[in-house]
Amino acid sequence: MVKFIKRFYTSLIFLFLYAPILVLIIFSFNSSKSRGSWDGFTLNWYVEMFQDRQIMSALYVTLGIAVLSSIIATIIGTAAAIGIYNMNRFNKGIIMNLTYLPVLNADIVTGISLMLLLIFLKIPLGFTSLLLAHITFNIPYVILSVLPKLRQLNKHLYEAALDLGASPLYALRKIIIPEIKPGIITGLLLAFTLSIDDFVISFFTTGSGVANLSITIYSMARRGINPKINALSTIMFLSVLTLLIIVNKRMDNTEEGDN
Amino acid sequence: MEDQIINLVNISKSYGGSEALKNMNLYIRKNEFLTLLGPSGCGKTTTLRIIGGFETPNSGRVLFEGKDITDVPPHKRRVNTVFQKYALFPHMNVAENIAFGLKIKGIADSDIKEKVKKVLELVNLAGYEKRSVNSLSGGQQQRIAIARAIVNEPEVLLLDEPLGALDLKLRKDMQFELKKIQQHLGITFIYVTHDQEEALTMSDTIVVMKDGLIQQIGTPEDIYNEPKNSFVADFIGESNIVKGKYIEDFKVAFADNIFDCVDTGFGVGEEVDIVIRPEDIKLVDIAEGMLKGKVTSVTFKGVHYEMIIHSMGIDWMVHSTSMEQVDSPVGIKISPDDIHIMKRVI
Amino acid sequence: MKLKWISYPYIVWMIIFILLPLFLILFYSVTYNTSEGLGFTLEYFQRFFEPIYINVLWRSFKLALVSTGVCLLLGYPMAMILADKELKNRNVMVLLFIIPMWMNFLLRTYAWMTLLERNGILNSLLGLLNIAPKDFLYNEGAVILGMVYNFLPFMVLPIYSVLIKIDKNLLEAAGDLGANSATTFRKIILPLSIPGVLSGVTMVFMPAVTTFVIPRLLGGGQFTLIGNLIEQQFLFVGDWGFGSAVSVIMLILILISMGVMGKYEKEQEGGGLW
Repeated sequence: MVKFIKRFYTSLIFLFLYAPILVLIIFSFNSSKSRGSWDGFTLNWYVEMFQDRQIMSALYVTLGIAVLSSIIATIIGTAAAIGIYNMNRFNKGIIMNLTYLPVLNADIVTGISLMLLLIFLKIPLGFTSLLLAHITFNIPYVILSVLPKLRQLNKHLYEAALDLGASPLYALRKIIIPEIKPGIITGLLLAFTLSIDDFVISFFTTGSGVANLSITIYSMARRGINPKINALSTIMFLSVLTLLIIVNKRMDNTEEGDN
Repeated sequence: MEDQIINLVNISKSYGGSEALKNMNLYIRKNEFLTLLGPSGCGKTTTLRIIGGFETPNSGRVLFEGKDITDVPPHKRRVNTVFQKYALFPHMNVAENIAFGLKIKGIADSDIKEKVKKVLELVNLAGYEKRSVNSLSGGQQQRIAIARAIVNEPEVLLLDEPLGALDLKLRKDMQFELKKIQQHLGITFIYVTHDQEEALTMSDTIVVMKDGLIQQIGTPEDIYNEPKNSFVADFIGESNIVKGKYIEDFKVAFADNIFDCVDTGFGVGEEVDIVIRPEDIKLVDIAEGMLKGKVTSVTFKGVHYEMIIHSMGIDWMVHSTSMEQVDSPVGIKISPDDIHIMKRVI
Repeated sequence: MKLKWISYPYIVWMIIFILLPLFLILFYSVTYNTSEGLGFTLEYFQRFFEPIYINVLWRSFKLALVSTGVCLLLGYPMAMILADKELKNRNVMVLLFIIPMWMNFLLRTYAWMTLLERNGILNSLLGLLNIAPKDFLYNEGAVILGMVYNFLPFMVLPIYSVLIKIDKNLLEAAGDLGANSATTFRKIILPLSIPGVLSGVTMVFMPAVTTFVIPRLLGGGQFTLIGNLIEQQFLFVGDWGFGSAVSVIMLILILISMGVMGKYEKEQEGGGLW
């Protein structure tokens, strides 16, 4: 009985979570523009989507920003994590509190404040400003992914490398980086996904016709429903799903490797 | 001076206000097995890390064959370290771990292969080249850590409680093997441990430390038989430590009696500590005893019995292979050369 | 390791892109700019306490609180089910739970528009039952629904990660000492899961109280929440001073809750959720 209730409840919650997404996907193949009824199968919306210059340019902006910002944030963030790990308690405390600030802060406040900064520094709103904003909100997530790996590290590994004649940079490259690689990759993927997903901060830090997918969807959705968005949703959902499955496989593998 | 390899001169080190080492002076001879022994927080690991170059002393110099190496970074020192938890590189296999230092030195691959093979034979792990270090047991990891250090042919090997994580049986075997390796290589070992038994078994010289100060330096026999103060006596093996008064040369008073002893040179009437090893107290018939007492507890310890004898308001710990009954009256006898007199530590 | 210097680029970055912007907001919120130059003012903060804006704050809090409450009621049992030690394929279940969260936030919200709009799917289904179409969209209910849908995983996952760490022996010990399952829940599981609940509550409440997308898309714009107020001041009204003041108030609220949460998250040393 208890088991049945549990299953029933779980099914309801999963229905709640997945029904909207499934409806989006199903109606991306609906030949009628109306959402109420099913008028037959079509791939028209996909064709139209790929011909829509606004959507395609948004896709390029999104991917470009995601790739660049996640890589740059990973480099700065990994270095930062290693440095923070070696600080004394007091400095570490200050830096970590500041690192948490953009994570916990409301996106809208982060977005607005970055917009004010960009205007203050006279950086034109566009691709560059968008990239700077994405790097900024991505770095803390990289740090938070890498730091736990550093804590798990045997403190003496680095010293052992020096002891055997490695210079500090050689030890960093050959010992520390390989050891914390899983954390770095998690951080990179997290940064990439967050960048693709972001709307609020991008909304305030872009300009002059540069829009990512989130912004494009927002402006289209405000004008009402558009089946091209459904087609886009389906593609994005499937991409995220594939990415997640790959990441999960990877994580399983590294866990096995650890044991 | 000729045979000294490392000199520590007036070394002091403190961490955020607490002093780890206080003006330490120590020389270490070539080819000796020297152990730094003491309870945790005594400064023994700090000393080792200063020699290894992982810590810089606040003041004082480190000399290596007479040359000042205080500011030389660890990767440029001719010493190697075996770390407490081995610190093997988990993403490398056994051979890669051992070859790490050799590769940096730019040694040819074929030579590296040969050296790795030889050193694995030395630590009894021949053929383990391709194994992942994570698949090895604690004892095997320990041997790899030693192999990785000694393959670089250091003149001094530093070992930081290397056997601490092993179980008792394995630890005994490794003690023996370490000593063998040291004699085979003919290099200096500086060994840190808090285990007095380990120190007594392996060392040529023991340095007993407490609160950043050297308490005594000597051979294991010296340290055990002639502890300089009651801390050393208490730390090295078990001891009965009682308060006494120095009467004159060869005479000391404790437990309301005057005993013959072999010590001289204390002040007449000076308050002193008396140290007597539990195995040096003989239990005799009550009539023959210097002190009379009663057995209050008996515990079987495997090789011997440990008994507590209450006499003259003092609980004496006695080790003996023959057992007395609890509550039975016994006599205590101590021969003069088993009574060790030391300056009172406050 | 003496490698502190390699964090310096980050520290510089952080000062320019995190601290300086916050300082700018603070600066705009207390200064006015006229032809005679800059001056100090608390006028913007005072204006916030006018009834019309206090109402906006109140409505934001109300909707966020209701959403947080619904998330807690729906999420706690779900977290318990996921944390059940006998559950097979738990990792798959948790993954399934996370997947919708990785879908673009805008698309998730948009999906509900498709479902709820006047000639949407829900109304067509009702039409089959001969029920007249209803307005599901553009009301408080739709906004709350959107918040619950978007933020439910933020409630479930922290509670789940605390529940999963509870030592099974504790529950057996409670049973051994005569507690029935209700008592065990009340006296053992619930108190031990409080850190997770608090973390979940913050993680739902914070984005819910500050969102401006959900009320705009599902509330149709007539539901001005605090996020919309900030957006309007900057993008339409151009009153940076007032917009900054509202942002500062929001930031202070966040800092307070950060401080409260910090007490409970000490043992995790942060980042445990990710």
